[in-house]
Amino acid sequence: MPAVSKGDGMRGLAVFISDIRNCKSKEAEVKRINKELANIRSKFKGDKALDGYSKKKYVCKLLFIFLLGHDIDFGHMEAVNLLSSNKYTEKQIGYLFISVLVNSNSDLIRLINNAIKNDLASRNPAFMNLALHCIANVGSREMAEAFAAEVPRILVAGDSMDGVKQSAALCLLRLNRTSPDLVPMGEWTARVVHLLNDQHLGVVTAATSLIITLAQKSPDDFKTSASLAVTRLSRIVTSASIDLQDYTYYFVAAPWLSVKLLRLLQCYPPPEDTALRSRLTECLETILNKAQEPPKSKKVQHSNARNAVLLEAIALIIHHDSEPTLLVRACNQLGQFLQHRETNLRYLALESMCSLASSEFSHEAVKTHMETVIGALKTERDVSVRQRAVDLLYAMCDRSNARQIVAEMLGYLETADYSIREEIVLKVAILAEKYAVDYSWYVDTILNLIRIAGDYVSEEVWYRVIQIVINRDDVQGYAAKTVFEALQAPACHESLVKVGGYILGEFGNLIAGDPRSSPLVQFNLLHSKFHLCSVPTRALLLSAYIKFINLFPEVKATIQDVLRSDSQLRNADVELQQRAVEYLRLSCIASADILATVLEEMPPFPERESSILAKLKKKKGSGKLPENVNGSAELHAEEPAAANKASPPPPTEVLALNPTPPAAAHSLLVDVFSDLSAPTAVAEDHLSRFICKNNGVLYESQLLQVGLKSEFRQNLGRIYVFYGNKTASSFLSFSSWVSSSDVLKTQLNVHAKAVEPVIEGGAQVQQVLNIECVTDFSDVPVLNVQFRPQQEVQKIFKAQHPMETDAAKAKLLGFGVALLEGVDPNPANFVGAGIIHSKSAQVGCLLRLEPNTHAQMYRLTLRTSRDSVSQRLCQLLSEQF
Amino acid sequence: LKNARSSGKLRLQKWYTATAERDKKKMVRELMQIVLARKPKMCSFLEWRDLKIVYKRYASLYFCCAIEEQDNELITLEVIHRFVELLDKYFGSVCELDIIFNFEKAYFILDEFLMGGEIQDTSKKSVLKAIEQADLLQEEDESPRSVLEEMGLA
Repeated sequence: MPAVSKGDGMRGLAVFISDIRNCKSKEAEVKRINKELANIRSKFKGDKALDGYSKKKYVCKLLFIFLLGHDIDFGHMEAVNLLSSNKYTEKQIGYLFISVLVNSNSDLIRLINNAIKNDLASRNPAFMNLALHCIANVGSREMAEAFAAEVPRILVAGDSMDGVKQSAALCLLRLNRTSPDLVPMGEWTARVVHLLNDQHLGVVTAATSLIITLAQKSPDDFKTSASLAVTRLSRIVTSASIDLQDYTYYFVAAPWLSVKLLRLLQCYPPPEDTALRSRLTECLETILNKAQEPPKSKKVQHSNARNAVLLEAIALIIHHDSEPTLLVRACNQLGQFLQHRETNLRYLALESMCSLASSEFSHEAVKTHMETVIGALKTERDVSVRQRAVDLLYAMCDRSNARQIVAEMLGYLETADYSIREEIVLKVAILAEKYAVDYSWYVDTILNLIRIAGDYVSEEVWYRVIQIVINRDDVQGYAAKTVFEALQAPACHESLVKVGGYILGEFGNLIAGDPRSSPLVQFNLLHSKFHLCSVPTRALLLSAYIKFINLFPEVKATIQDVLRSDSQLRNADVELQQRAVEYLRLSCIASADILATVLEEMPPFPERESSILAKLKKKKGSGKLPENVNGSAELHAEEPAAANKASPPPPTEVLALNPTPPAAAHSLLVDVFSDLSAPTAVAEDHLSRFICKNNGVLYESQLLQVGLKSEFRQNLGRIYVFYGNKTASSFLSFSSWVSSSDVLKTQLNVHAKAVEPVIEGGAQVQQVLNIECVTDFSDVPVLNVQFRPQQEVQKIFKAQHPMETDAAKAKLLGFGVALLEGVDPNPANFVGAGIIHSKSAQVGCLLRLEPNTHAQMYRLTLRTSRDSVSQRLCQLLSEQF
Repeated sequence: LKNARSSGKLRLQKWYTATAERDKKKMVRELMQIVLARKPKMCSFLEWRDLKIVYKRYASLYFCCAIEEQDNELITLEVIHRFVELLDKYFGSVCELDIIFNFEKAYFILDEFLMGGEIQDTSKKSVLKAIEQADLLQEEDESPRSVLEEMGLA
């Protein structure tokens, strides 16, 4: 029998393990395990009381079975019994079982806590350690409640043994991470900080870990730790004479502790005290110097430990970002690592350089390594290293090297791994936009992106190129020419068709003079792609065609023929059919003037943060979310006045009030054509009204009216905003608040008083905005309004008939509503809509029926524009199912 | 969290954050696929979800640690090495079988070395002293036991 080593008394366990290993098949293994489980169960249930040894053995077997991946549903009690054994190994196995297998909500937790309490009080260091380990391993809330006061006491007690202190420090750390609210700070903090001075390096190491976490949460309470950390670090790093004995790891003095101390210092700004500061600088210089010395050992452990400290020191230098010499030295050091034969070091150097690139002191120094990094992109065999190289190129990019870097990234994209393509695409798109000196280069770059990696080019990227082309008239002709040429390719990506359709629709006239790209040629080219495209793209192309009719009267007949064909006018898709019908009618009845007005060139988009950048940030998980999430209401209100634009109501009213040119107010432009026929004129009216006037209606819909009354004195202003509920029922959860961009916050102070959350039917509430103009501004604050109209009725009832999908569907259709498929994420639910006509009014109805076959219940929700109608319909329908 | 495993089979796992059992299994499976697919010359670090994975291979055993964004990768690599050294010292040239048959010991060593995901003591001596002390206690406990057992067998 193999390898049963030291001190193992549990022969039965070893036999069992080797039995399992000898099992030829999964079935045999399961059989053997079930046999053993039965055996153990009978032993535990048997009348004869088991002695500690057998209990330990069986518990250990159970643990082994669990670790093989089988479920264990008994034995917990026996394990808990082992905890109160006074034999160390029995206790140890008991604790091991508990920490691996007991989840926090177990009933046994009280018993376990009791045993832990006894061990903590035992003054036996070995027992105390086991108990502390158990607390740290389980780390549940109940345990934190029971021991949050006790553990710090043990940690700072004068008579605790070193080993116990270490365990207590880390145990406290764990409790602080899981339940920070339960761990009291206070009297012991100063004494914890002083553990940094402890004789025993093991204690210092453990205490540093604890202090790092605490200092991150409440830096002020642990301020003194910074100076102690510098002192400690300098003793380790600069004095060659001290022998740290066992804490020297492959000729490197206490690498773990050094790294931790450097981490701790990253919780604070550079020390203000000059003596302390120069001492720290000396430490960092010494660490950098040591990297140049020949290695004291050929072992990889030596260089790893040394470089771990070095990289942490560089992280601190970057964090401080105040010593140009150190920053440049750090950069040179990393530059050496870029060419190192160890893949690990190359990876870390690329990663670390990324943060150096953003410091003004070292940005130029980082740029000198560009060729090496580009080389890495081409030659590294490991995708994760290449990924780092892409990141670094992105970070070091500026106006001077953008063309080269973008070209290299594009080149790499052709062969890049699928996993990182999307990110590269976003990065290229952002760099191309950010550093574009002439926009024809930008357009070329994006079209190249679509050509090379069309599938990875997200919607935001092509939206953005259109925004930019529309806003810059110097590039429009070039863009039209380039997309026209790109579309000549026999197979082009659908994104290119979208860009092409949009741009030619807007600016096709700029290239129409050339007979090679005459209007008819342009149209035929676009239409040749039409049938291969998806519905949204086709919809976009139809819009481009109607724009063509305006731009080029000579192709009107051709396009009308296309629109008139059955495949358009009778298309199965509602959107396509509607567009074809409407555009065809528009082209027939409207005069040239009207056509020209309706189909005018798109107005420029308001400048704002690139939607792609937002996407990249979101992808990285660190950025803010794009605005306009979940249709919460949003309205931009300019200081003396503002304009607005409403999007259709249902659940919450969504308003977007927009400042200067009242173009599309969506922050991510969705279908750019949907604004064609939107009531922008009305919005414009409202905007201009407030430029020369202080009172008036800002916004009005079927549900809500927003009025303004404002007065100004010098730099101060007060605006009364009136919200009028035009319906007969209440608005619930009403809230309105003002938000400003970061820039605007410094220019304009807006203070809004809170409003009541309920507005009764027909009532009006008033909100006061106090405004102070700090300096001139062009951006506008956003007034957000959100509420829920109370027109919804819900009823939950028991099914009176068998719950059959077809039967329910037939009833709903018979009732007269249209059923909408694919609206509800749950396909079992029915969603329907309809209109009730009466002489005086039309009442729109929305309904949702949610069957729960399991409980034999239905939930019916009705929302209509009239409260009484909702009530009645709900009542009628609920008796039918 | 920290896992040590051999080709396709998990031998030792330790979680330092509360995770549901089902998620654990899923994460382990996912990680195993990624790590085992990597070639020897590749670097020992990779980004996974919002964590960084540091791994190292010793013969048939892979040791993996998942660390956070700002943690130091190289020092984690040496944490792994130190743990292997500890196992080696304790078992006397450790092999996979030692860890299988004495899994509880491997856990004890890991516990002595790391606690709550942080290093408790970096000194080889201190850690082993703690373990050996425990063994001594164990032997004291068990010496009468083995006599009894022999009697029972006889």
